[in-house]
Amino acid sequence: MIEDLGAGRRARTRTLAEARADAHARADVRVEAMPYLPASSSPYAPVGVDTSRIVWAETVGGPGYTHATLARGTRIRFEDTDGHACAHVVVFNADRHGERLNLADTQKVPWQAYLGAGHPLLSGDGRVLATVAADTSTRHDALCGVTTLAANRRRYGAGEAHSATPAGRELLRLAAAKEGLGARDLPPSVSFFKGVRVEPDGALEWTGSAGPGVTVDLIAEMPITILVANAPHPLDPEDSYRSTPLRIHAWTAEPSSDRDPWWSGSPERARAYANTQQYLTARGIR
Amino acid sequence: MTVTWATYEADYFDYSGPMVPGAVVLDHEIAPRSGWSAVVSAGTVLTLVDVGGNQSGDCLIYAAADTTERYSVPDTLVAQRNAYLVEGSVLMSNEGRPLMTIVGNEVERQDTIGGACSKESNTLRYGHHTRFHHACRENFLLEGARHGLGARDLVSNINWFMNVPVEADGTLGIVDGMSAPGKRVALRAERDVLVVISNCPQVNNPCNDFNPTPLRVIVTDPSASVSETDRR
Repeated sequence: MIEDLGAGRRARTRTLAEARADAHARADVRVEAMPYLPASSSPYAPVGVDTSRIVWAETVGGPGYTHATLARGTRIRFEDTDGHACAHVVVFNADRHGERLNLADTQKVPWQAYLGAGHPLLSGDGRVLATVAADTSTRHDALCGVTTLAANRRRYGAGEAHSATPAGRELLRLAAAKEGLGARDLPPSVSFFKGVRVEPDGALEWTGSAGPGVTVDLIAEMPITILVANAPHPLDPEDSYRSTPLRIHAWTAEPSSDRDPWWSGSPERARAYANTQQYLTARGIR
Repeated sequence: MTVTWATYEADYFDYSGPMVPGAVVLDHEIAPRSGWSAVVSAGTVLTLVDVGGNQSGDCLIYAAADTTERYSVPDTLVAQRNAYLVEGSVLMSNEGRPLMTIVGNEVERQDTIGGACSKESNTLRYGHHTRFHHACRENFLLEGARHGLGARDLVSNINWFMNVPVEADGTLGIVDGMSAPGKRVALRAERDVLVVISNCPQVNNPCNDFNPTPLRVIVTDPSASVSETDRR
């Protein structure tokens, strides 16, 4: 859609007073993709969540990106509102960004390639950055990463952040920069809401979307920095670039504990949480 | 107790030779448990020999001119739409560009989803008694430091000669290898690349047949071979 944003405004911005009045008159415009401040005022607050505990509320455009640094015990909910969101996520230890998501360990340590409820997102330092605490989608992928500028140029004609068909990596690069991080700080990312399965011969089979309205919840197990790009999955079979909004709400909740089934779901997981607890205890983080 | 088990010499070892003929640019034995790195020039071919059989060589690759461009598991898998590496597989960078191509391979398939071992992940996988076993992450950090690389530059890697099946329900893990003494893989550099290899010290799973052995790395220049032939 091409909209003339200047319609009815041109020639009324000749003086500073007019320009200021024009700018102020725009303040209450509501659009599909925007953050809600304060977060407790979100028009889409999750049912059953005390709105005073919401710390982050935002609809990320399709395509778009966002990022945040969050306290331990924050519960983060992603929602694929229209069925064509794909949340490409990278998580870091907020205090030490060299510690970050390691997808090989995230799959190898639990002996499971497919992420779902109870799956830990592990760092390369043997600790749990976040846990997938709930999942109504079950269509996720930890093998295929994001699209690149080169791939999007070939497929869609453009892939720059400013284009209509930005590559996931270009968006993650910007999200990283906003948190003081660079290209070295982007390891392979995990994708939520678009599924891929491995056939016996190794072929990657697209299982796609679970449809609109599904959610995934993460729990931050330590203070984390999280980068999110919403862009089509690299194996998305649609010819056109199709990306719909991604809604995010985060609220103050509880970190995982030995009362949660995933804490002791396997000896590997129990030791991962034990390592995390050891780090937090020594660091003075409760 | 520091675990240093390895076999440095044995009569079953097979040092084999380069898979692609050409002038030998480099020929090095990577001792068990140690790291190695070198810049491999565009057009030359690196042959890695599994001297003792079922010895995992954990491998990272960087564009020599700009190491922020580096080997990417996801880009490689997406490009070939398959989880396993075989002859013809193109090893892609995080920018979606070719770094190296597998031009020869003598095992059924090569792994790139199993990741590298670390002291830290050993504690999760096998218990805290394995915390001080030497690991690939240590070799990557030490070799990387020689080129100005650090923890931020470590990403998911390739495991030459390692076997990581994925079952229908998503169960994945390291099982007995499919390699043997003298088996090889050959990689042609599509541009100047920095190759870092950790000769895996892991003795808590079958990735090295519970017995670390040497790897041999040979770099040949096929074009030099051709020009010498022309002169004759």
